[in-house]
Amino acid sequence: MPPALSFLIVGAAVLGAIIGVVTYVTLLERKFAARMQSRIGPYYVGWPHGWLQPIADGIKLMMKEDVVPRLADRPVYNLAPIVFLIPCLLIFATLPFAPGLGVADLNIGILFFLAVSAMEIVGLFMGGWGSNNKYALLSVMRAVNQIISYDLPFVFAAMVPVLLTGSLKLSAIAAAQPDVLHWFVFYPVIGQLAFVAYIVAMLAAENRVPFDILEAESELVAGFRVEYSGMKFALIQLAEYAHVVATSFLGALLFLGAWGGPGAGSSPALGALYFLLKAMFVFLLVTWIRWSFVRIRVDQILAISWKLLLPATLVLLMATAVVVAWKGPVLG
Amino acid sequence: MDIESRQVLEMGYGGAERITMNMGPQHPSSHGVFRMILTLEGETVIAIDAVIGYLHRCHEKLAETLTYTQYPSIASKTDYVAAMTSELAYVRAAETIGKIDVPRRAQYLRVIAAELQRVASHCLWLGTWCLDMGGALGGGATVFLYCIREREDVLDLFESLTGARLLYGLHQVGGVRYDIPEGWEKKCRATVDKVDRRIDEFEEMLESNAFFMARTQGVGVASRELAQEVGISGPLLRGSGVGYDIRRAEPYSSYGDFDFKVPVETAGDCFARYRVRMVEFRESIKIVRQALDGLPEGPISSRPGVKSVGQVRVPKGEAYARVEGARGEVGCYLIADGGAKPYRMKWRGASFSNLAILPHIIPGHKVADVVAIMGSVDPVFGEVDR
Repeated sequence: MPPALSFLIVGAAVLGAIIGVVTYVTLLERKFAARMQSRIGPYYVGWPHGWLQPIADGIKLMMKEDVVPRLADRPVYNLAPIVFLIPCLLIFATLPFAPGLGVADLNIGILFFLAVSAMEIVGLFMGGWGSNNKYALLSVMRAVNQIISYDLPFVFAAMVPVLLTGSLKLSAIAAAQPDVLHWFVFYPVIGQLAFVAYIVAMLAAENRVPFDILEAESELVAGFRVEYSGMKFALIQLAEYAHVVATSFLGALLFLGAWGGPGAGSSPALGALYFLLKAMFVFLLVTWIRWSFVRIRVDQILAISWKLLLPATLVLLMATAVVVAWKGPVLG
Repeated sequence: MDIESRQVLEMGYGGAERITMNMGPQHPSSHGVFRMILTLEGETVIAIDAVIGYLHRCHEKLAETLTYTQYPSIASKTDYVAAMTSELAYVRAAETIGKIDVPRRAQYLRVIAAELQRVASHCLWLGTWCLDMGGALGGGATVFLYCIREREDVLDLFESLTGARLLYGLHQVGGVRYDIPEGWEKKCRATVDKVDRRIDEFEEMLESNAFFMARTQGVGVASRELAQEVGISGPLLRGSGVGYDIRRAEPYSSYGDFDFKVPVETAGDCFARYRVRMVEFRESIKIVRQALDGLPEGPISSRPGVKSVGQVRVPKGEAYARVEGARGEVGCYLIADGGAKPYRMKWRGASFSNLAILPHIIPGHKVADVVAIMGSVDPVFGEVDR
């Protein structure tokens, strides 16, 4: 098989799997939130426990009327969901799901991930600007502030395992955590602090409550996507959830030992399953925070980032560098 | 802040750095149908214009066309979140003109209904307020659903008492229409005990949350002077340091028999209003327990039951009756001409007067605080527009 063809097949398989996982993550979140709120959640569409609900939602969104505001900037407005979705799916490309199972295990995997992940702001801004709506405009003004402020601590927090390992290659970072005791979240002090910083920055970068001021439906109705309907809305939702799932995977890889687990050494499929479960753990952690906090204000968000999180992660990074210089990197 | 904000109101809407943003009447957190025209400089609100009247239903004219037996059930539609309050204000006005006695058992039942209503109303307030701050896709929705669960329990009590869950028609001139059914007292005690425990949970969940504190403390400060000048009442006034409660200042319906505190906070911000209402929750539950303990035997009305709509005639005269509702002073001014219908009726809605504070305390805050302040005022637009 020519390498280009195998790339294509693996890529298509990963893309299909991602879209499937992302679709079902919405059901997971709804069920989890429902339990937190002493409800049942989706129940009637599909037995048991409404498992067809995400499919039904997708069909509903496909059949909805596609409304374009009369004064919208049409090319920008129409292009925005796609520009938003592409980086969110592209970041999965460098993620190894098990040893040797991934699209492209680049030497600069994490750099690629973080750089492409930060590009979502372009599509987001296009959507808000092209909608020609004041709520959307305010929302993207907030988005630019917030995402730029939180991408820095996010990157710094993600850099801690990189420094500890001494490699930008994601599979090397995973290999440096062979068993539970070597997971970076259990690395004394630095690991825990970095994990907390990662989760907080991830909440902000993904626009989850308490940092969801972009969407802020009690003030800005639906923020940047207020004018979107039907399939375009579905693409935006898909992109958001894909981004959350991708950063959950990254979190599981950086701090929770990726695919490591009993019996994973011999079976890549089992390893991939462990990895998925760990990523879902990170996702549910974020969801747990999301469904129990109130949203904070834009000035408070910026204050938290610039006055607290950014200096803290910088100091943490420097401390990590000192530790690595003293004890040498953790090699896989 | 108060004097400056009034000057801000006079400013025009021009200026290159400003945008005018419309919030409402169809908006997730307009608490009904309320339109705010905000003038923004970036995220900061510098002026607010309020437009009301989208829910106007001619209540005062309607009262002239309905008899004293018919209107109490309609009166509950002014403030549909705390329907018992306006019923009580109306029948008290008619009773004052007609010098009609109310049996003590009826007075106690009125107190029980009013205080349970306050609990139910505050439940909805806490839930929607957190929904405003926390979002329908976040922690706010969680608090909202918890609060609705508690409110449902109280509404179940009302349902078994009156047969209705929202608009009750419990009160009639001379007493109440329904006596408590068998087993209701036990159910009521169990419910208030449960709500009492849950309030602790709410407090713990919210007050140990730094983000909740950051969103409420120091936000929307109404000074004591401003509060009195604008004429707000209820928990808002008490949150601004004025210990005024009609139940205490002018006891009606044998409120003098009960031992309860009137909570006062001096900060005047959203958090102070929250604290006042949280204490009121508990005080209301205390009053309900006392009223159930001391519930006297006897008739529930000094007048016979309703046989025809024109049965109650009130002599010529006029009176203003006021009660302390969940949102503040609810007053009813009634002019009777000796017939079965009033000649003229005027409502003093607590939400209407409380809403007047918004243009004084909102300018200078961020857009996100607009909904937080608005939620802390707790308006019900049925009562604002009537």
